[in-house]
Amino acid sequence: MTIFINILAVAFLLTGLVSFLGGAVGIMRMPDFYSRLHPAGKLDTLGIFTMVAGLVIYNFHHLSFGMVLLSIKMFLIVFFVFLASPTATHSIVDAGMRAGLRPWTKKKEKE
Amino acid sequence: MQQKENEKKQAGFFSFIITFVFMFVTWIILSGYFEPLLLGLGVVSSLAIAWFFHDLLFAGATVQDVKVFLRFCQYAPWLIVEIIKANFHLLFLVFHPRMHQLIDPHIIQFQTGLKSDIAITTLANAITLTPGTVTITANAEGGFRVHAIDRQSAQGLPGVMRDRVAHVYGENR
Repeated sequence: MTIFINILAVAFLLTGLVSFLGGAVGIMRMPDFYSRLHPAGKLDTLGIFTMVAGLVIYNFHHLSFGMVLLSIKMFLIVFFVFLASPTATHSIVDAGMRAGLRPWTKKKEKE
Repeated sequence: MQQKENEKKQAGFFSFIITFVFMFVTWIILSGYFEPLLLGLGVVSSLAIAWFFHDLLFAGATVQDVKVFLRFCQYAPWLIVEIIKANFHLLFLVFHPRMHQLIDPHIIQFQTGLKSDIAITTLANAITLTPGTVTITANAEGGFRVHAIDRQSAQGLPGVMRDRVAHVYGENR
């Protein structure tokens, strides 16, 4: 049982790490301002979600009422990130649009 | 006249109850102590906050809104599954060696026909949370402009997500 919990927790943590890495790489590789926001804003939400899930699974080692409360608190962090992240992404996109920045498309590159 | 005032009072009382329950549950989760003194302090401060701010947080809440909340709880797991699926698609794109051929950023516009502010906000947030699509603007008439990273991410819009959100807020028409 212990090793099962460990494997599951590590798998979740690794998924979180890979998606954070993907977010960082994505910001470097994407062609323009708007498409850079896709990995920046979104892979972070998956990353924080799977990492917190991994930590919660790790808590199952010493299951008690206090630990359940702690897990709920950790998921509250995820909840607020899920609220705040799209709002921040939207305001950045809106700022770009208001400033008149044109999105990159495939056609433009050919010309 | 008299009846209307009574209804208003009833709605105020209901939002008072909701605010109190919400505040007290938050208190319990954040404190984690169950001594009578601390629980009593929690009840007192929740009551005070509910008394002063019941017309702020859940203003005009009715019994109907409880149903909306329950439907929202059904919708949330589906949204999380969608987010995870779409995230892995984006992860695949980011690490793909020929990424520039796979992506095709473009802007799509569509009309959703949603009416209430909260439904439009929920849909806009859901679209932004789902990777591959970012809401650029959403107006009061339910018109959306969405920036999509590739064709595959965009083809599901508005479609299923709009129907789900409309169902949550009872706007299936």
